[in-house]
Amino acid sequence: MSRPGRTREEIEAYANELTKKKGVGTADENDSPPTDFGKIAFGSAGGYDEDVYGTVRGKRSDKYSTSIGGGEEEEEEDDAMRDVSRPKNSYATQKKFIEEASRGNEDVDVFAETRTKTVGEKQNEYQKRMYNRPISPERIDPFVDQTPRAHDRGYSQVMKEQQYLEDKGKADREMKDKIKTGELREVEPEKKKARWDETPQRSETVLGAGEATSQRTVGAGPRKRLEISSLAADAATPHVQRWDETPAHVGAADATPSMNRSDATPSAQTPGAATPRRNRWGETPGQSVRETGATPSWGMETPGRGGFDDIKVEDTPSASVRRSRWDMTPAQTPQAGSQTPSTAATPSRFTPQQPLGGMTPSMLTPGGSTPVGNAAMAMKTPAVPMMPMTPDHYRYQEDRNRIWTDEELDTLIPDGYEILAPPQGYVPLRTPSRKLMATPTPMGGLAAGFMMQGTPEREGLGDKGVGGMVNLQPKDDELPPLKPEDMQYFDKLLQDVDEKSLSREERNEREIMGYLLKIKNGMPTQRRSGLRKITQNARRFGAGPLFNQILPLLMSPSLEDQERHLMVKVIDRILYKLDDLVRPYVHKILVVIQPLLIDEDYFARVEGREIISNLSKAAGLATMISTMRPDIDNVDEYVRNTTARAFAVVASSLGIPSLLPFLKAVCKSKKSWQARHTGIKIVQQIAILMGCAVLPHLKALVEIVENGLEDDQQKVRTITALCLAALAEASAPYGIEAFDSVLKPLWRGIRLHRGKGLAAFLKAIGFLIPLMDSEYASYYTREVMLILIREFVSPDEEMKKIVLKVVKQCCATDGVERGYIRDEILGPFFKAFWNHRMAMDRRNYRQLVDTTVEIAQKVGCAEMIARVVDDLKDENEQYRKMVMETIENIIALQGTNEIDDRLEEQLIDGILYAFQEQTQEDTVMLDGFGTVCRGLGLRCKAYIPQICGTILWRLNNKAAKVRQQAADLIARVASVMQLCEEEKLMSHLGIVLYEYLGEEYPEVLGSILGALKAIANVIGMTKMSPPVKDLLPRLTPILKNRHEKVQENCVDLVGAIADRGSEFVSAREWMRICFELLELLKAHKKSIRRAAIVTFGYIAKAIGPHDVLATLLNNLKVQERQLRVCTTVAIAIVAETCAPFTVLPAIMNEYRVPEMNVQNGVLKALAFMFEYIGEMAKDYIYAIVPLLQDALMERDVVHRQIAIDAVAHLSLGVYGFGCEDALMHLLNYVWPNMLENSPHLIQRYILACEGMRVSLGPIKVFQYCLQAMWHPARKVREPVWKVYNNLILGSADAIVAAYPRVPGDEKNDFIRHELDYIL
Amino acid sequence: MTSSAPTERFHVLAQLEHLQSKYTGCGHADTSRWEWMTNVHRDTYASLVGHPGLLSYMAVCEHESRARTKFNLINRMVQPCGPPPEKSPLDDD
Repeated sequence: MSRPGRTREEIEAYANELTKKKGVGTADENDSPPTDFGKIAFGSAGGYDEDVYGTVRGKRSDKYSTSIGGGEEEEEEDDAMRDVSRPKNSYATQKKFIEEASRGNEDVDVFAETRTKTVGEKQNEYQKRMYNRPISPERIDPFVDQTPRAHDRGYSQVMKEQQYLEDKGKADREMKDKIKTGELREVEPEKKKARWDETPQRSETVLGAGEATSQRTVGAGPRKRLEISSLAADAATPHVQRWDETPAHVGAADATPSMNRSDATPSAQTPGAATPRRNRWGETPGQSVRETGATPSWGMETPGRGGFDDIKVEDTPSASVRRSRWDMTPAQTPQAGSQTPSTAATPSRFTPQQPLGGMTPSMLTPGGSTPVGNAAMAMKTPAVPMMPMTPDHYRYQEDRNRIWTDEELDTLIPDGYEILAPPQGYVPLRTPSRKLMATPTPMGGLAAGFMMQGTPEREGLGDKGVGGMVNLQPKDDELPPLKPEDMQYFDKLLQDVDEKSLSREERNEREIMGYLLKIKNGMPTQRRSGLRKITQNARRFGAGPLFNQILPLLMSPSLEDQERHLMVKVIDRILYKLDDLVRPYVHKILVVIQPLLIDEDYFARVEGREIISNLSKAAGLATMISTMRPDIDNVDEYVRNTTARAFAVVASSLGIPSLLPFLKAVCKSKKSWQARHTGIKIVQQIAILMGCAVLPHLKALVEIVENGLEDDQQKVRTITALCLAALAEASAPYGIEAFDSVLKPLWRGIRLHRGKGLAAFLKAIGFLIPLMDSEYASYYTREVMLILIREFVSPDEEMKKIVLKVVKQCCATDGVERGYIRDEILGPFFKAFWNHRMAMDRRNYRQLVDTTVEIAQKVGCAEMIARVVDDLKDENEQYRKMVMETIENIIALQGTNEIDDRLEEQLIDGILYAFQEQTQEDTVMLDGFGTVCRGLGLRCKAYIPQICGTILWRLNNKAAKVRQQAADLIARVASVMQLCEEEKLMSHLGIVLYEYLGEEYPEVLGSILGALKAIANVIGMTKMSPPVKDLLPRLTPILKNRHEKVQENCVDLVGAIADRGSEFVSAREWMRICFELLELLKAHKKSIRRAAIVTFGYIAKAIGPHDVLATLLNNLKVQERQLRVCTTVAIAIVAETCAPFTVLPAIMNEYRVPEMNVQNGVLKALAFMFEYIGEMAKDYIYAIVPLLQDALMERDVVHRQIAIDAVAHLSLGVYGFGCEDALMHLLNYVWPNMLENSPHLIQRYILACEGMRVSLGPIKVFQYCLQAMWHPARKVREPVWKVYNNLILGSADAIVAAYPRVPGDEKNDFIRHELDYIL
Repeated sequence: MTSSAPTERFHVLAQLEHLQSKYTGCGHADTSRWEWMTNVHRDTYASLVGHPGLLSYMAVCEHESRARTKFNLINRMVQPCGPPPEKSPLDDD
């Protein structure tokens, strides 16, 4: 069918089929009824575009890999040239697929966009690999002097496992090779019966004789068993494999008694799929979880549970103990014999110990990371609602609800039945449990609509909740409610149990769970208390129970950022408490925390670092090394990458020297290149993390990595070069001596390598050259430049960026001469890089501008500008912008001296063109224009009329944006026009702008005001045209405008006039403006409020403080707090500008107004005033003391608080002016406030005591403290000790003289005898 | 904004407390007499060592060289008031 037919009909049919096939995508979106091709169900393997692939797939399934991973070694590993977020790009297309595929699903979450994204949802493909790592069991703590528990693993066991994994990987690869070379034969397996719940394809291969050919795509096609002669014995082991054998399962895992029945999945089919790898369907958060090795193995009772879940078969609790990762443990593998006596490595030990809770296992695999319900839905287990169940209940359900096996069905059903495919459009439900509970699904016990009566055995589900909904409020009402995703972790709290009936461990577990729930979901107060309690009791709980609950929670992809932050905080706190008790759990913790190190959120990275740092301090270097050592040559690149980063953190917290011997050993490892690679990566990360702190150890670090440059593994060579680049960058500009030994191999390397390796080497050289002295730099630059010029034309984007960067670094060094650059580099440089394509990519754009500017520093601005100036008239706007930005940067740095008349003309011409042609709204063109004009200065004179003409014409334009740009341009060139003595022109512009003050677009109006301000500033208020007396009245109504840009520019202009031209305007007008300004104090933008306040100062200076002050004091009566605060600030400013004596009498008089707001306002104004006037306060202190004294005796706490604030500022101001008597008096009133409860007041009190410490001397304050430091009441002692501590911090030496003489007791001698010496 | 302001202020106090907890010599409401006196002694010795004039005075009094006096003073900073008192069983921590 999939081959073009011979007759006309056949050809037509074929064509129809093709068109239908193409329609699949659109049909999905329209939700149309399933066509022949229907939707690709999530559970099915999916069809392949036979347009492209032809039928090859079905026939020779070993030729094309059907999963994304492709089977090769991870390609994107260790490429530090890109940052961590990089893998996103490389998977972009894949995401598209997934989205497209999932769109077909009916249950789309409509809230998806508004919801806060969980951690899992934000992760990229690479970061999601964290879920591949199991939370490893605790390890032996060799420092504890006791026999370790039997199941704990020590260093040697872990290393052995590691070795095993490695061998296995190798075997897998060999196997693949064999498949390729054809050593693997395919044999027909015996026929098996299919079941209806298998994927459509598969069923069709059994039933649909006719059309099956087209569907025989994936390995479902010919049932064949691959067999290798060497492994024939394995394949013969008792083996209940139901479906096709695939090469993957011929691997070691195959020998395990496996009942896996759905191997025909894409992922399982590819050779080498035995290694855990993501397939493209694993994208949804729910899915990825199941890839953790954390699912316990209780699926074993229900054979065939994985029946329908053929997407990630290996990960579902399948019919056997076999699990994707853990089937690799020695205990389970053929290599290791059937079962090792020790249970140490059995899978169950690896799972976090979450006892079988009240949930059905299929719903909640308690591995810690499986999302609720998801798995169960996928497997089509009959209605299993979410609800807590007792263990008994659970077992009951377990028995009743398990899937029927084929054997059972065979015995039940008489002959003559055949197994049907599920309907074409059938798509199994695969959504997070949230939706599962929100929408009426067939599973809901009391769902509306038709409901089949349950058989008695299967009943009893609906009585636990309504419609499958569960009461999420824990039985303890103090606790916050659960979220649906929390069920798997906190479900126990939903059960009402008698505390007394529980064992101690269970009680502790419940207690921890309660605290964690409080911290995770609670209100701030609950959270705080939870955090405190869990910290206090950490040692009582012990490390095990704590981490066994926290870590799985942290691994949960449904966590939100905030929750993760809180959990990390918990770990941080309890680490302090547990100290060396954490040793057995170090690896566990690392597995969870390491992923934070590559999180895209900066704070998550910092948090991760902090935890690892604390962990290494608590556990010690030896433990850290022995724990992380096995991960260094882990087969998984992700593990190695994160481990390297973690090691760098360890190095930074315990010191580089302590880690050096270890690093040396690792980097010289003969055994595996991975170890060398990771070792070098650690050094690189150390350099990145610690910066110039590597300098003392630079020599040692370089020696450690230098051999890597000549490693026989390409990857090791690359990372070594990157590491050297990082080291050189960190140590710049010192330390070139340390790099002596690597110079030669590096320069030899650039001749030998190509591609990525070359890029890394170039990068290293780029960072090394700036370290050299000029002679060497010049020599080496010439060497490398040949290669660079050759790579100019490289099509690789990464290479381009690196080449640009290296060129920049080379040209920046002293030794490189101008002539050389001009003759050798410029030509190819411009040819290769100055094109439209470079302007399109943001990063390339930046880098190119930087590099060009750097080269211009060497060859001179005229040379460079001459080369690009014509491009200002290019047709591509983005490109014009790049040119403009380059010219702007060059002129800003170098001025215009070199530019000759011709070039000048071209430049202005080009800029005018580019300015007029711009359509995008950003400041590049404006800034460029301004910079060039300012750079040219007087030389602009000839062009000013032209520029002004353009501006005037554009000011009149219909488009608002054009008018705005014109006004903005005036603001930028005003200073140049002044310089060119074009005052007449400016006056003209001023008048025009004045006429445009009626502008209705606020953005434009703001720009016009800004332009007026610029003109007023340069030609001065006296010569300003329009005259200030006309201008200001026009501005007063504009102050009412609510637009921030207008407000800000208007206030600024008014302020400038008040400052320099106040005499042109009547006092009455100024008062009017004062009233308008009061409104502006309400503005949201701080700069507007500040401008308004400053303007008050100018106006007060212009018309005298009295009227302004009266206005302001009146304003103190208003209700709005912010308004009052701003008013007090304004009063203080007025007091400062007009000298305090003009203002103080009035405001002191105002204090007598019997109104709290006014009095507080006055005090606050005093506080601000004292802050502003500083030592001027010495003249007013005695005048103000009675008022303050009165205020400090006020009943109202806030009142005293403000008064104390004023005292604090006052005391700091009068330091050194002999006002101790007044201060002492005030301190006597301040001191009793220490007993207040308000934290605000206590804070002011502490501040005032600090002020007194400075101005009154620490000894006086200490004497006050001494009265209460040993007071019997803690409430008295506490604040006083705070003050005392400040004394110690601030003037420890000074109070030595004041320490009291304390008599000793029978045991201790407290007398300081040295002080008794008399000469 | 209104809700964040007070927490921010609490924060200042909390920061101060954190700062104080970082430095030796700072105490708290439950500091014992022995702890405080130990710090007082150390402060005193540090001050004597740190002021050249005072150090010379001490040296003359003790009839030692300045360096020796300095050395002695620094050595005296180890448990200047003798060993800590034994914890009474009444104390909690």
